[in-house]
Amino acid sequence: MTLSLLFQHIVNALSLGSLYALIAIGYTMVYGILRLINFAHGDIFMLGAYVAFYGMTIVALPWWAALLVSIVFTALFGIGLERMAYRPLRDSPRISIMISAIGASFLLESLAVLIFGGRPKGVPVPDVLSKVIHFGSVSMIMISLIIPLFTFALLVVLVWIVNKTKTGMAMRAVSTDIEAARLMAVNVNKIVSFTFGIGSLLAALGGIMWSFKYPQLNPLMGMMPGLKCFIAAVIGGIGSIGGAVLGGFLMGFIEIMTVAFMPTLSGYRDAFAFVLLIVVLLVKPTGLLGKRQTEKV
Amino acid sequence: MKQSTELKKALPKRKLYTIAALAAFVVFAFLANLFFDAFTLRVFNLCAIYIVLALSLNLLNGFTGLFSLGHAGFMAVGAYVSALLTMSTQLKDMNYFLEPIVPWLHHLTMPFLPAIIIAGLVSGFVGFLIGAPVLRLRDDYLAIATLGFGEIIRVLITNAQGITNGAQGLKGLPRYSTTFSVWVAAGLVTLFMVLLMRSSFGRALKAVRDDELAAEAMGINVFKVKVTSFTMSSFLVGIGGALLGHMITTIDPKMFTFMLTFNILLIVVLGGIGSISGSVISAIAVTILMEVLRFLDEPMNLIFFKTDGLPGLRMVVFSLLLMIIIIYRQRGLMGSKEFSWDMLTGLFVKRGRKGGDHV
Repeated sequence: MTLSLLFQHIVNALSLGSLYALIAIGYTMVYGILRLINFAHGDIFMLGAYVAFYGMTIVALPWWAALLVSIVFTALFGIGLERMAYRPLRDSPRISIMISAIGASFLLESLAVLIFGGRPKGVPVPDVLSKVIHFGSVSMIMISLIIPLFTFALLVVLVWIVNKTKTGMAMRAVSTDIEAARLMAVNVNKIVSFTFGIGSLLAALGGIMWSFKYPQLNPLMGMMPGLKCFIAAVIGGIGSIGGAVLGGFLMGFIEIMTVAFMPTLSGYRDAFAFVLLIVVLLVKPTGLLGKRQTEKV
Repeated sequence: MKQSTELKKALPKRKLYTIAALAAFVVFAFLANLFFDAFTLRVFNLCAIYIVLALSLNLLNGFTGLFSLGHAGFMAVGAYVSALLTMSTQLKDMNYFLEPIVPWLHHLTMPFLPAIIIAGLVSGFVGFLIGAPVLRLRDDYLAIATLGFGEIIRVLITNAQGITNGAQGLKGLPRYSTTFSVWVAAGLVTLFMVLLMRSSFGRALKAVRDDELAAEAMGINVFKVKVTSFTMSSFLVGIGGALLGHMITTIDPKMFTFMLTFNILLIVVLGGIGSISGSVISAIAVTILMEVLRFLDEPMNLIFFKTDGLPGLRMVVFSLLLMIIIIYRQRGLMGSKEFSWDMLTGLFVKRGRKGGDHV
C-alpha cells in the first residue's frame, strides 16, 4: 500500500466518521435526557436527505437554500415526533416507549416508501462539492474534505451551547435528574423539545452531506447508519457528547480500514459494528467515556 | 351456599366448553384443509406459524420482561438448519451452483420431524450461547444487543457460501408445512406455554419480570431463569422459522431482517404483553389482516379519485396501528389476562351479583 493510498483511506475514514459522529450526537443527547433509544433517528437522517433532494430538484432551490429548508423542516419534524410519539409515554415503562420508537421508525420508513417511492434516487451533487482536488498524488472529492471541517465547526458550536448557555445548563440539569430540574423551574418539556430539535438538525445535516458523498437515496437508507451510530454512541459512552464523537470516528475508521486492509472481510462489514458493540457492552458497559451509574432500587 | 354449588356446576361445564371449542376447531381445520382454495389455506396455516412465533417472543418479552429484538436471527437459524437437513442431495446440487456445498452436508437428508427438532435445538443452543453473555445487560441495552446478534447471524449466513448458499438462498424446500403439521405445532406450543406458566418456573419468570431484586431475594436464581427462558424462546422461534421456511419453500438471508421481528412484536403488543390467549388471537387477527389489507397496496378506484397502487400503504397502516395501541391502550387486547369462558359470558350477560367468581 502506497502512502498516498493510505492517506486517501484516512480522509475517507475521517469523513465517514464525521457523519457517524453527527448522527450519534442525536442519539446520545436524547438518551442522556429521556433514557430512550430514539429508533426513528436514522429515519430523520433519511428525511433530511430527501427534503433537501426535493428542494433541489422539484422546487429548484440552490443547494445551500435547500439545505437550510431541509434542516429547519427536519428539526421541526423531530420536535413534532417527540410530542406525538414519546411525550404521552414519558412516565410509562421504558419498554413501551421503546416500542413506540420502533413503531415510529417503521412508520417513517413506510411513509417514505409511500411518498418518496421505493426506487433509489440519484442526487444532483452541486459542482462546488463534487470537484476533484489533488494534493500531490492524492486526489479526493471536495465533499470528503468539507465534511470533517464542517463537522468540527458544528461541534464547537454544540459544545458551546451545552456548556456555556443557560439552555445548555438546563439540558445538563434535566439529564442529571428530571424531577430535580423541574423543581428548579426548568421547563422540562421545552428542553426535551430543544434537544430533539438539535438532534434532528444534526441528523439532517448528516443526511444531506451523506447524500452528497454517496449520491443515492432510498427510504431505508437511514436504517444501517442509524443502528451503527447508536452503537457508536454506546461505545463512546451514551449520554456524553464527546463520547459520541469518539465512537463515531472509531466506527468510521474501523469500517474503512478493515475494508481497505482486509478486503476478504468486507462482506462482514455490517457485522463489525455489532461485534464491537457487544464486546464493549460486556467489557465496559458504560462505554469509553461514560460515567458510572448505579442502579437505583 | 348457592354460589358454591353454582361454581361446582360451572367448572365441568367450562371444561366441556373448552373441549367442544377445540373439537369444533379440529373439524374446522379438517374442512379447511379439504375445501379452502390454496391461497386461503396458506393464510390459515400462516396463522398457526405466527402463533408459534408470537408465543415464543411473548415468553421473553411478556413473561420474563426481557426485550429481545433478535428473533429474526433465530428464525433464520431454524429455517436454514431444517432446510439443509431435509433437502435431497440432487436439490442441494441444483441450489449450490456458485460454490459446492460442504461435503458433510451434501448427503445428509432426514425426515421432517427429526429435522425440525434438530432445527429447534440448534436455534436454542445458539440462543444459549448468545444469551449467556448478553443477559447480563438490561432493558434497552439488551434490546440493542439482541438486535445486533440478529444482524450478525444474518451477515454470517450471507457470507457462509458453502453452507448456506449465501445471498442466493435456498430454493425448493420440501413442502412439509401442511395444515396438520403447523396446527399441531401451534397446539403443542400453546399447551407448552400454558403448562409452563402454571409451573413454578413460570411463576419464577413472572417474578423476575415484575421485580428482579425481589425475585432474587426470594431465592430465585435470576440469571439462570433468564438464560433458560431465552434458550426456550429461541428453541420455539427456531421451530417457527423452520415451519415458515417449509411453507414458503424459498429462504434467503434478506427474509430474516428486523422487519420480521417487527411483525411478531406487533402481534405480541397487540394481543397483550404477557397473555397467551392474547398472542394466539392477535396472531390470527394480524395474519388475516395483513393479507386482507393487501388491497391497500394495489390500485384502487375510489369513485372520486383513482390511485395507481400505493406500495407501502399497508405497512403504514400497521406501524400506525402499533403506535396507536402503545400510546392509547398499552395493555393491548387482553392485557396480561387470559381468555376464559366467564369473560365471554361476561360480554353478553350482565351479571347482577358482585364478586364471588374468583376461580
